[in-house]
Amino acid sequence: MANIISDETIEYVGILSKLKLNDEQKEQAKKDLAQMLDYIDKLGELDTEGVEPMTHVHPDVNAFREDVVTNGDDHEAILSNAPEEREQAFAVPRTFD
Amino acid sequence: MADKINEMTAVSLGKEIAAGRVSVKEALDSCFEMIEKREDEINAYITLDKDNAYKRAEDIQKKISSGELSSPVAGVPVAIKDNMCTKGLKTTCASRILGNFVPTYTSTAVENLEKAGAVILGKTNMDEFAMGSTTETSAFGVTKNPRDTSRVPGGSSGGSAAAVAADECIFALGSDTGGSIRQPAGYCGVVGMKPTYGTVSRYGLIAYGSSLDQIGPITKNVEDTAAVLEVISSYDKKDSTSLNRKDTAFTSALKEDVKGLKIGIPSDYFGEGLDPEVAAAVRKAADDLKAAGAEVSEFDLSLVEYAIPAYYTIADAEASSNLERFDGIKYGYRAEEYKDLHDLYKTTRSEGFGEEVKRRIMLGSFVLSSGYYDAYYLKALKVKALIKKAFDEAFSKYDLILGPVAPTTAPELGKSLSDPLKMYLGDIYTISVNLSGLPGICLPCGRDSKGLPIGLQLIGDCFKEDILIRTAYTYERMTR
Amino acid sequence: MSKEYETVIGLEVHVELATKTKIFCGCSTAFGGAPNTHTCPVCTGMPGSLPVLNKQVVEYAMAVGLATNCEITRHCKFDRKNYFYPDNPQNYQISQLYLPICRNGHVDIELGRVSVNQKNAGKEAGEIRHKQVRIHEIHMEEDAGKLIHDEWADESLVDYNRSGVPLIEIVSEPDMRSAEEVIAYLETLRQTIQYLGASDCKLQEGSMRADVNLSVREVGSTEFGTRTEMKNLNSFTSITHAIENERERQIDIIESGGKVVQETRRFDDAKGESYAMRSKEDAQDYRYFPDPDLIPVDISDEWIERVKAAQPEFRPAKIERYKEEYGIPDYDIELITQSKRMADIFEESVRLGADAKKVSNWLMVETMRLLKEKNMDADKLVFSPAHLAKLVELVDKKVINNNTAKEVFAQMFEDDTDPVKYVEEHGLKQENDSGAIKEICSAVIEANPKSVEDYKGGKEKAIGFLVGQVMKQAKGKADPGTVNEILKELLS
Repeated sequence: MANIISDETIEYVGILSKLKLNDEQKEQAKKDLAQMLDYIDKLGELDTEGVEPMTHVHPDVNAFREDVVTNGDDHEAILSNAPEEREQAFAVPRTFD
Repeated sequence: MADKINEMTAVSLGKEIAAGRVSVKEALDSCFEMIEKREDEINAYITLDKDNAYKRAEDIQKKISSGELSSPVAGVPVAIKDNMCTKGLKTTCASRILGNFVPTYTSTAVENLEKAGAVILGKTNMDEFAMGSTTETSAFGVTKNPRDTSRVPGGSSGGSAAAVAADECIFALGSDTGGSIRQPAGYCGVVGMKPTYGTVSRYGLIAYGSSLDQIGPITKNVEDTAAVLEVISSYDKKDSTSLNRKDTAFTSALKEDVKGLKIGIPSDYFGEGLDPEVAAAVRKAADDLKAAGAEVSEFDLSLVEYAIPAYYTIADAEASSNLERFDGIKYGYRAEEYKDLHDLYKTTRSEGFGEEVKRRIMLGSFVLSSGYYDAYYLKALKVKALIKKAFDEAFSKYDLILGPVAPTTAPELGKSLSDPLKMYLGDIYTISVNLSGLPGICLPCGRDSKGLPIGLQLIGDCFKEDILIRTAYTYERMTR
Repeated sequence: MSKEYETVIGLEVHVELATKTKIFCGCSTAFGGAPNTHTCPVCTGMPGSLPVLNKQVVEYAMAVGLATNCEITRHCKFDRKNYFYPDNPQNYQISQLYLPICRNGHVDIELGRVSVNQKNAGKEAGEIRHKQVRIHEIHMEEDAGKLIHDEWADESLVDYNRSGVPLIEIVSEPDMRSAEEVIAYLETLRQTIQYLGASDCKLQEGSMRADVNLSVREVGSTEFGTRTEMKNLNSFTSITHAIENERERQIDIIESGGKVVQETRRFDDAKGESYAMRSKEDAQDYRYFPDPDLIPVDISDEWIERVKAAQPEFRPAKIERYKEEYGIPDYDIELITQSKRMADIFEESVRLGADAKKVSNWLMVETMRLLKEKNMDADKLVFSPAHLAKLVELVDKKVINNNTAKEVFAQMFEDDTDPVKYVEEHGLKQENDSGAIKEICSAVIEANPKSVEDYKGGKEKAIGFLVGQVMKQAKGKADPGTVNEILKELLS
C-alpha cells in the first residue's frame, strides 16, 4: 500500500467529520482510507495540465430570485422535528461565545 | 382484463381508471394485497402509508370521475424512494439518524406526481443515504430481489426496483447518483431511467452527491418510463440547477424506429470483469437493433477506468458536506448521552450513521482537507472534464452508446459489503453517465443461466432522452 | 533602549445588506421577530432544501465593489465553508473563496479631519492627510443564526431568524498602521455603503462588524510579524481599545523573547482585554469547495454599466459641490452630508425655491434635535423636501411665526404632514390684521401698568414681557416683530 494513514491523520479526519471511532474502528478506517487513496491515486496517471476543473456539467449561469418576501411564520413546522426545543428555539448544550 | 391490477403497467391502469373500469380503490387494494403477501420476505418498503393512500384515493377518484383530473398516472399507485421528502410522511434515507424525521414539505418531483393524481403507497428501502449498490446498507434491513430472494435487488434504489418487480406497486421513483436507478432496474428485470442532470428538480431530494443526483422513474416497461418522466420533469425555481427544457414530451418518442440510428459500443466496456453471459446478452441486443436497421459499431470510449476514482472523490466530498447537517440539533436522532456540544455531534453521528456512510464521509472530508484538495478533489474535477470530453467526442459520431449496466447479474445477499472497493468497481458502467450529466436507461435484455435478469444500458447525449426512449421502446417491442 | 515598533493592521469587515429577503430564500430579514419566525426549510438546513440566490445581493455587492474601485469578477461562484457550530444550520456556510465577486480595490481615507463633535468639544482642526487603503476582495456570504445562552439551564438556544441574512465581507490589505487609520477607513466604508443604501452599517447592532488582523514589527522591517485576528468589536471605542491592547500584548511577548501565536482572539470590552478562542475540536480546516447547488454568476458589461449608472454622488464630491453651489458654512455642509437622505432633502428643498441657509437650519437644529430625542437615524427621515420648502415659505411670508413653525415641523417629522393643510386645519395662521393686534396691545398696556412704568423708566427689556402677553392673548398667531413695533408706537 502506497498510502499509510497515521493515527494523527485518522484522529484529524474524525474531528473534521465529527465522528467518534474506537480503536478497532480506527484501525479499520485507516485501512479503508489508505486503500481508497491508493485507488484514487490512479487519477495521477492522467495528464490534466491546463484542464479546467468541471464543477457543473451544464454551462448555465445566473439562477436568481427576486428580492420579494415569500415565506411567512413557519416556526411550528420548522421546530416540529427538533430533538429538544425550548422557548421556540432549538436547545443545545451550552456554547461559549 | 388478463392481468391482475397490480401487475398492470401505469399507462394501461391509468386508462382503465380513466375509463371507469377500475376504481382507484381497487388499484390500491390490489397493490396492498400483494404487499401483504410478499413484503415480509421482500422488505421493499420502509414505511407504508395505507390510511392516507385510501383517503387520497377517494379524493382522486372524485376528481377523475368529474373529469377534473386526467393524466396517464391519475389514480395509479406509486412507491417513492425514502430519500424524497414527503410532507407529513416519515422520510428516513434508510438511516437511523433520520429514523423519526417527518418532513414539513414535499419534494418537487413527488409534488408533480401528486398533482397528476398518482397515489403514494409508501416509501421504499434503499442503501443508507443512497450510498451502496445492494440496498444492504439500509438501517431497516435488506431488501431481497423478487426474482431470486437469495440475491440483492441492487442499489441504492433497491426497494423501488424490488417493489416494481414484485408488483407491490405499479411504478416507483428512484434516485441515481452513480447508477442507483439503472443498476437495480437491471438486477430486478425492470426499466429504470436517469434523465439529463437538471431535468427533474432535486428540491426535496435529500442530497448525496448534489452535482450527480437525479430522480427518475422505475417502471415495468419503456412506455411507463416515458410517461412518468414526462410527469415528474419540471423547471423548478427552487432548484438552481434545474433546467428550463421545452422538450419534455417524452411519450412522443415512443416509436418503433431505429433505422439509420448510429449506435456505438465501447469496446472498453467489454474487458476484464464482465460476466460472459452478460456480455453475450448485451451483444445479442446490439445485433437485434442492427437487424432492425440501426448501424452498430465498436469504438474506444477511453478513460473508463478513471471514472470510478473520480466519482468516489467527487461524490464523497460532496456527501461529507451534505451530511454535516445531520447533527442531532434540528431534526432526527440525537444521542442519549453526551458531555458537551462537540461530543453531542460526534456521538449522535457515530451512532446515527452506518459504516458505509461513515467511510464515505471520512474519505470525503479527507480529500477536501487542507493540503489534499488540489491533489484529490481538484484533480477529480479535471478528470471529470476529460471524461465529459470523451463522451462529447463519442456523441459526435454516435446517436447513442450501448453497453451492459453492470458487470454481473444480481449477487447473493451478504457477499458485497466486506470489500467496499470491489463493490465500487461494479459501478463502472454507470457512474461516468452521472459525472457527465447524461441520460441513461436500463431495460431487460434476457436472463443468465441462473434465470437472473440481465440489464441493457443505453446512454445518450445530454437532452437526448427521446433517442433512448425510441430505441428502448423499439427493442422492447421486438423482444417481448 | 527599547525598540520602536510599527503596528500593521488589516480589516475584515462584514456588512449586512439591506435586502428585504435572505440571500438564499424568501424569508424576511426584518429585525425583532420572535425566535424562528423568519425561517423556512432553506435557512434552517432542512434535508433536501436548496438555495436560490437573491439577485439584489449581487447588485449591492457590485455597487459596493464599484464604489471602492474594485474589479468585478465576471464569472463568480459560491463555495461552501465547512465547520460545525449550532448557529450554522447546515454546518457549512455558503460563501466565496475561489472566485469572489470583487477584487483589487481601494478607498481613500482622510486623516486629521476634526469632526463636528470634536469641534464642539473645542478641538482645533489640524493638518489633513490622505491615505489609500487597498481592498483585497469583497465576497458575498450568508450570516449565521443567533445563540442565546442560558446560564441556569446550562443550555444555549438557537434562533435562525438571522440565518441566511446576506452579508458582504470586505477584506482589506494590511495597509493600516494605527487605530486612527482603522477608524477613518471604517468611517469611509460606512459612509460609502450608506450612501449606496446597501446597508445601514451599524456597529452596535451588528449590521457592520469588523475583525482586526494585527501584527507588530520593528520600524524599518519589511517582513510582517505573526498576526492575530480579533473578533467581537462592536464600537469604534472597542476597536481602538482592542488595537492598543493587542499591540502592547504582542510587543510584550516579543520583548520577553516569546513568539506571537497566530490565533483568533476575542476582545472583552468590559475587561479591556482579549483571550484566545481555541478548541481542540476546531480544526480551522474549512474544506472549501464549490457549492454544487448554486450555478455560477456571470456579470455582463451591461449589468456593470447599469449598476454604475445608478451610483449616487458620494460624500467627498458632494461636499465640494455644496461649497461651490450653496453658500452655506462648511460646518453645515459637513453635517448635512453625513446622511444621504438628509442631503437629498436639502438639495430638493432648495431646488423647490427655499433658501439654502434656512433649509440647512431646519436640518441642523430641529431635525437633529428630534432625531436625537427619538434615537433615530437620518436615513429614516420621512418628511418630504416639498413640505419642508412649503414650511420655509410659510415662515417667509409670515403666515406663521417661528414657534408655530416648530410645532408644524414636529408633526411633519412624524408623518410628513402637509404644513399648509396643517396650519389651516389647526387655525394656526398668524393674526396680521394690525387693527386687531393694536386692540390687544392697548388692553395689555392697560392691564400691566408696572411693566409700562418700567419700560418708560428706561428698562428696555420690560417690553419683552408685554410682547409675551400679547402673543399669549393672540394665541401665538401674531408676528412678534409686528407686536413689538405696535407696542413701542403706543408707548411712545
